[in-house]
Amino acid sequence: MPPAASASSGPADTDQAATPNIPQCTPSNTPKHDASDKRWRPVEAAMRRNGYRPGGLIEALHAVQRSYGYIDDASMRALGATMQLPLSKIYGVVTFYHFFHLKPKGRHTCVVCLGTACYIKGADRLLQAISREQQMQPGETSADGRLSLLTARCVGSCGQAPAVVIDDLVQGQAEGSAINRQLARLNGREEERPAATATKGPPAAGEART
Amino acid sequence: MSGGRVITLQIDGRDCGAREEQTILEVARENGIYIPTLCHLNGLHPVGGCRICLVEIAGAPRPLPACVTHPVEGMQVTTDNPELRRQRRLILELMLAEGNHICAVCVVNGHCELQELALQLGVDHLEVPALYPSREVDASHPRFGLDRNRCVLCTRCVRVCGEIEGAHTWDVMGRGLQAMVISDLNQPWGEAESCTGCGKCVQVCPTGALFEKGKSAGEMVKRHLHLPLLTAMRREEEAGE
Amino acid sequence: MTPEELQRIAAEELQARQHARHRIGVCTASGCLSCGSREVLTAIKQEAADKPEMNLRVEGVGCMGLCSRGPLVWVQTNPPPTETSTAASADASPTASAPNLPDASPDDSADITTDASSDRPTGASARAESALLYKQLTPDDAPTLIATLAAAPASPTAAAAPPATTAEQTSAQDSTQTSAQAPATGDHPLAQKICDPAMPFFKRQVKVVLDQFENIDPERLESYLAADGYLALLDCLHHRRPPEIIDEITRSGLRGRGGGGYPTGLKWSTVAKASAFVPQAGQGHAGSGRQSAGEAERPDGPRKYVICNADEGDPGAFMDRSVLESAPHRVLEGMAIAAYAVGADFGYIYVRAEYPLAVERLRKAIGQAEKQGLLGRNIGGSDFNFQVEIRLGAGAFVCGEETALLASIEGRRGQPRPRPPYPAEHGLWGCPTLINNVETFANVAAIINRGADWFASLGTDKSKGTKVFALAGKVANTGLIEVPMGISLTEIVNEMGGGTPDEAGGAIKAVQTGGPSGGCIPAAHFNLPVDYESLQAEGSIMGSGGMIIMDDTAAMVDVARFFMEFCVEESCGKCTPCRVGTKQVLLLLEKIGRGEGRPADLTQLEELCHLLQQTSLCGLGQSAANPVLSTLRFFRREYVELLAGEEEA
Ligand SMILES: Cc1cc2nc3c(=O)[nH]c(=O)nc-3n(C[C@H](O)[C@H](O)[C@H](O)COP(=O)(O)O)c2cc1C
Ligand code: SF4
Ligand code: SF4
Ligand code: SF4
Ligand code: FES
Ligand code: FES
Ligand code: FES
Repeated sequence: MPPAASASSGPADTDQAATPNIPQCTPSNTPKHDASDKRWRPVEAAMRRNGYRPGGLIEALHAVQRSYGYIDDASMRALGATMQLPLSKIYGVVTFYHFFHLKPKGRHTCVVCLGTACYIKGADRLLQAISREQQMQPGETSADGRLSLLTARCVGSCGQAPAVVIDDLVQGQAEGSAINRQLARLNGREEERPAATATKGPPAAGEART
Repeated sequence: MSGGRVITLQIDGRDCGAREEQTILEVARENGIYIPTLCHLNGLHPVGGCRICLVEIAGAPRPLPACVTHPVEGMQVTTDNPELRRQRRLILELMLAEGNHICAVCVVNGHCELQELALQLGVDHLEVPALYPSREVDASHPRFGLDRNRCVLCTRCVRVCGEIEGAHTWDVMGRGLQAMVISDLNQPWGEAESCTGCGKCVQVCPTGALFEKGKSAGEMVKRHLHLPLLTAMRREEEAGE
Repeated sequence: MTPEELQRIAAEELQARQHARHRIGVCTASGCLSCGSREVLTAIKQEAADKPEMNLRVEGVGCMGLCSRGPLVWVQTNPPPTETSTAASADASPTASAPNLPDASPDDSADITTDASSDRPTGASARAESALLYKQLTPDDAPTLIATLAAAPASPTAAAAPPATTAEQTSAQDSTQTSAQAPATGDHPLAQKICDPAMPFFKRQVKVVLDQFENIDPERLESYLAADGYLALLDCLHHRRPPEIIDEITRSGLRGRGGGGYPTGLKWSTVAKASAFVPQAGQGHAGSGRQSAGEAERPDGPRKYVICNADEGDPGAFMDRSVLESAPHRVLEGMAIAAYAVGADFGYIYVRAEYPLAVERLRKAIGQAEKQGLLGRNIGGSDFNFQVEIRLGAGAFVCGEETALLASIEGRRGQPRPRPPYPAEHGLWGCPTLINNVETFANVAAIINRGADWFASLGTDKSKGTKVFALAGKVANTGLIEVPMGISLTEIVNEMGGGTPDEAGGAIKAVQTGGPSGGCIPAAHFNLPVDYESLQAEGSIMGSGGMIIMDDTAAMVDVARFFMEFCVEESCGKCTPCRVGTKQVLLLLEKIGRGEGRPADLTQLEELCHLLQQTSLCGLGQSAANPVLSTLRFFRREYVELLAGEEEA
């Protein structure tokens, strides 16, 4: 269920900070985030539903992340301009909640549950095994943008602990080597996958590991 | 909210009169009773975060912060006893251990509210291990600087900037130990569009975290006694609009 | 919708169920979905479509509790549709129609059958009268399953009550059934996958909140109506005044199920007494917040709010999720009754974003209820209006704390604020706000339908009613159970939970209740009755209902470290003791865990824990020390054994 990782909004909008002298950002000078961008429409709708009042901020942020996969500076500026909210306040809200991401996630996600039930059943060792094999620390996205290794506090399948969620599919009674095999397969198969998650990502840069 | 009911309560055994909307801290100060504070500042919305101003209230299961607690008829407040002092000391130790404080080279050495409290509460060494975080210093602003190593997250700067100056340049990002003050979209202060350069945040910061550039160790003295006046004037203006 | 229309739809639904030759229910809650119940449902539906002559009715239904054995599927064969098909006729006494079967409605289990409840179509008459419960079915089993039905004679020989509905301890009848069933299942092609309905996991349950989950299709309003849905709401709107409702709830003794156990009736009456208030602009913000509450089309003016706290943050607990996924309407109905009682006309449900299915089903349910006039304007033809909206959480445990939850709905960082003022008087945008937990709301309709006395007869003196628990960890049967308050831990863990799982036979050492705010109770204390006060006396808390069972491989210092790490990560950072104190406690636990601790460290550990309890701003910090203090209390030896320099000890 984590929103689609999209490689959509390129690096272009991450270096907004380099143009600091715009006195007040309005939707018209943040070209990507206005009515011309189809993906912005749900965001606009979320704000409208809440009468453009500050109370709608988190709803609007959810909409941004659903549309773009993450929340970039340009989006935050556009929200600030439309809802008349200070930028630092928006940034403070985005970084308070673990569900919001400032950077794009990998095209595939592997979420290891570290909730109590899973921990009792050895989720920490499971995470280590995956982390070692994939050569990634939890929270990281691989350099080629293919996989994000994430952790969660209970995904609600405690009965099947330990649980791992790969691209929105919960795997119960997970076991390190099987998960690693599956991740490898996933990488190998990437091109032909009409993946539910990786929608418009550019084709993977080679290196199939099967 | 003015002209509330008049109440009597006891602070440290002394009978005090108070209005309903006052805080215990205000009543205590009116009566010349000292309660240590840190995040509280006259003229700003209280948040009750630092927990230095905890006082005991008869019947309450745990101490309550004087800066946000309102008096109730017949309330019995204790502002000082060994237990409270021990708790305040420990909280202060936690605060000092959280950042990196080297007073000898600090711009506010000798004029620091944190240092002052430590002296008062007799914190001369730390019993908990220092966490030695690596935190950034922001020197991008032409006139001011921010050394997060000395920040105690009291949010006075955030509040003065939002509530009084109306710029809301500052806010807190992240949570827990990772929380830190940021300007605009976590960009260098000097590049924050919203900053008017008024310097109020620098004046209200209780520590050497926010400072004027060009001052050497011990040279920076903060001035924030004019704040309540500003708040009052602002209120009048708003009412007149 | 008028009460008459409601009864008509319910009757039609019950009739349709009776008309089918066989009914098949497939669990479609997350637990089972995660092991493929969607595919099983599709396969069975396909089979049913291929064999229309068999007259099968296949439904997706709610969670049946034994989630670890999913996908769960029950099959029920109706008696031939002759004289008994008077489905919902109100005069047919439900028990009379099935004399040899334990009736599942809890009003009998309590031995108190109030008049009010017996002259209603309780749905029990149409409830599965002879059902088999299958576990761990795969899509490949579908043809076999259908084949057994085709072969089976019409007589319900393998008579067994649908396991998940057996709400009582009528043991005499149980034994007859098990014996009746055993021979029938002997040569059954799926015998390996048939669950024993007599297992204590099912038998010991008393269902109020989870009542009829196995019969309710979470995505269809009619299905909930057939389970007495919205009867209580319409009854309140047409026949009861708000003070009477509050009085009923107060007399029932219902206490908050979100952890604190605050008397629900008292909270309702505080909100009811508070005067409505014009929502304030977002505090300290000069933006467009002229009228900051909710939607544009709603009128300005004084108001109150009702909020359902569905931010289930305790890792390892999934009661609320299951309720929302299985019977979202039950929660909505409870909220609407509450709103009517306290004088609110707007409500929010604050749900974790990690529960997408619950959110989707809630959305659907709200839409259905609005369409039928059970939410929105002039509900049930009365002049009562109540609108509900969903607000998504975004991954912060502390947002379960009520003032942090309010901040989050207001679009701010989810940081708690000091109380008083309590939300009941000064809540969302300054308006009086009622905040209750999912399970609390889910109890409301049953209390209205069956009466306060019936509810009060369940449970103990101070903790009335039932509680839903999520069993997880090192126990054979993990899943969801609902038990009367006051039941002992042994009964839950050893009997219902079935003790240690077969594979690794370590002895059970302790059970953790209340998650990061709770404590560990050692096996030696398992005769403890489960109620608010007893658990507190043992240094734990009831919490929201997570129960993690640990065997002797669990190192208690490490368990304490695990929870403290959680608190460090989840601390909002507003107050010093919690922000820094939890980290210092964690450092000490790690040090002790590495075997480098000294006796003085234990003293400091305790001192810091007390500081957390005493001086933290909100419940997170105040209770963060509980896992440490409770393990220190019952397993101090494990700490001491790990100490390095023991000269002084
Ligand atoms: C840190 C913390 C987390 C909480 N999490 C939840 C939660 O996930 N769900 C919940 O219903 N209540 C939670 N609560 C309790 C709520 O603050 C509140 O007491 C409850 O929702 C009131 O509803 P009730 O009276 O029906 O129990 C939490 C409290 C604290 C301090
Ligand atoms: S901020 Fe205060 S306590 Fe910290 S180093 Fe400077 S003078 Fe010392
Ligand atoms: S910078 Fe100064 S005023 Fe701002 S939060 Fe830190 S210590 Fe407080
Ligand atoms: S106790 Fe922890 S979570 Fe609660 S306000 Fe303090 S820092 Fe925030
Ligand atoms: S603890 Fe891992 S799924 Fe609940
Ligand atoms: S001064 Fe009261 S809590 Fe900080
Ligand atoms: S989810 Fe299917 S039984 Fe609980």
